[in-house]
Amino acid sequence: MTGLRYVYAVCRPFRSALQAQLTGVAGVPPKQLTHHGLVAVVSTVPEADFAEAPLRAHLEDLDWLSTTARAHQQVIDALTAVTTPLPLRLATVFRDDSGVRSMMEAREDDFRRVLDRLEGRVEWGVKVYAEPESAQSPQSAKPTEPTETDRPAKTDRPDAKAMSGRDYLRRRRMQTRAREDVWQRAAEFAGRLHETLSSFAEDSRLHAPQNAALSGASGQNVLNAAYLVPRADSEEFVELVDREKDDAPGIRVELTGPWAAYSFTGEFAEDPEVGP
Amino acid sequence: MTTPGRLPEPYGRDGGANLADILERVLDKGVVIAGDIRINLLDIELLTIKLRLIVASVDKAKEMGIDWWEDDPALSSRARRDELARENAELRERLAQLEPARGQEEAP
Repeated sequence: MTGLRYVYAVCRPFRSALQAQLTGVAGVPPKQLTHHGLVAVVSTVPEADFAEAPLRAHLEDLDWLSTTARAHQQVIDALTAVTTPLPLRLATVFRDDSGVRSMMEAREDDFRRVLDRLEGRVEWGVKVYAEPESAQSPQSAKPTEPTETDRPAKTDRPDAKAMSGRDYLRRRRMQTRAREDVWQRAAEFAGRLHETLSSFAEDSRLHAPQNAALSGASGQNVLNAAYLVPRADSEEFVELVDREKDDAPGIRVELTGPWAAYSFTGEFAEDPEVGP
Repeated sequence: MTTPGRLPEPYGRDGGANLADILERVLDKGVVIAGDIRINLLDIELLTIKLRLIVASVDKAKEMGIDWWEDDPALSSRARRDELARENAELRERLAQLEPARGQEEAP
């Protein structure tokens, strides 16, 4: 069958079968292409969608991009269940199998080096959110007109008549401070958590905080980190996160994973721009 | 041959997996190999600003002139200070308006 070759990942040969129902991008099941003892996991994709011009157009389309990203990730997930894949960036496309083989041959040493380093490891994502609203007193956070009833019942100030304005200011300050406190605590908590998790994990990466508008998560993302953890220690890592996230009002901890070690392929050299 | 160890059940990704988490990884992390079809994802002009925000690393985003977090009180202490200063000014103004209305008493 003609068509282009979409490459999801490179890994070492693995024994277990991929799940039978697995489909990749363009709805086709991925297949393995073995070369020099390494496996490229590829799908045949239609030129009508994945040649340069249509691909470029598709990437502008958030729906297409989302569907394709999920399909890509689904294959990587399936691979992560049975081996340690080196995930390639979305939309890595070659003309044919021989193009994929040439690439594998050209990058063989890099692949082996990074695969050796990542062997048996997975990535866990940990995000910390500050949620000031949930930690604030039920009192309205909006400014209110100071009135007689707003005055404190008891005051130790001599000039009681000036208290309403001051009280207003004091209350606003307290509300601001409550919010500040949550940020402060969330930042400190995130720092401590990251320290604890980094010392457990083999490696860690800090990513830019996620924009709530796209992630749809509530609160503000103050920590977005990835941790490289041996499979064998993963349960312990998950328990550690569970333990650490206790007793944190106004602070939410979110754990995702296990992911393929996406964030730890960094020492893979930039492509030397070898011709196809 | 590799054999997987035991892994906990996946967290936070069943069904409604956070698209941001997935895009962040498949677009910005992972190995970059120039295929025969050469497209630099960061050159895709019309990807929405929001999408760029989520996939771009801090440095890349700065290169692209995206620095929303610097003005976001949630993410920047400078923005937080600015916000406090602004609020402080508002309150002073408000206090100035309120105090004369309190009657014959001099404002403190």
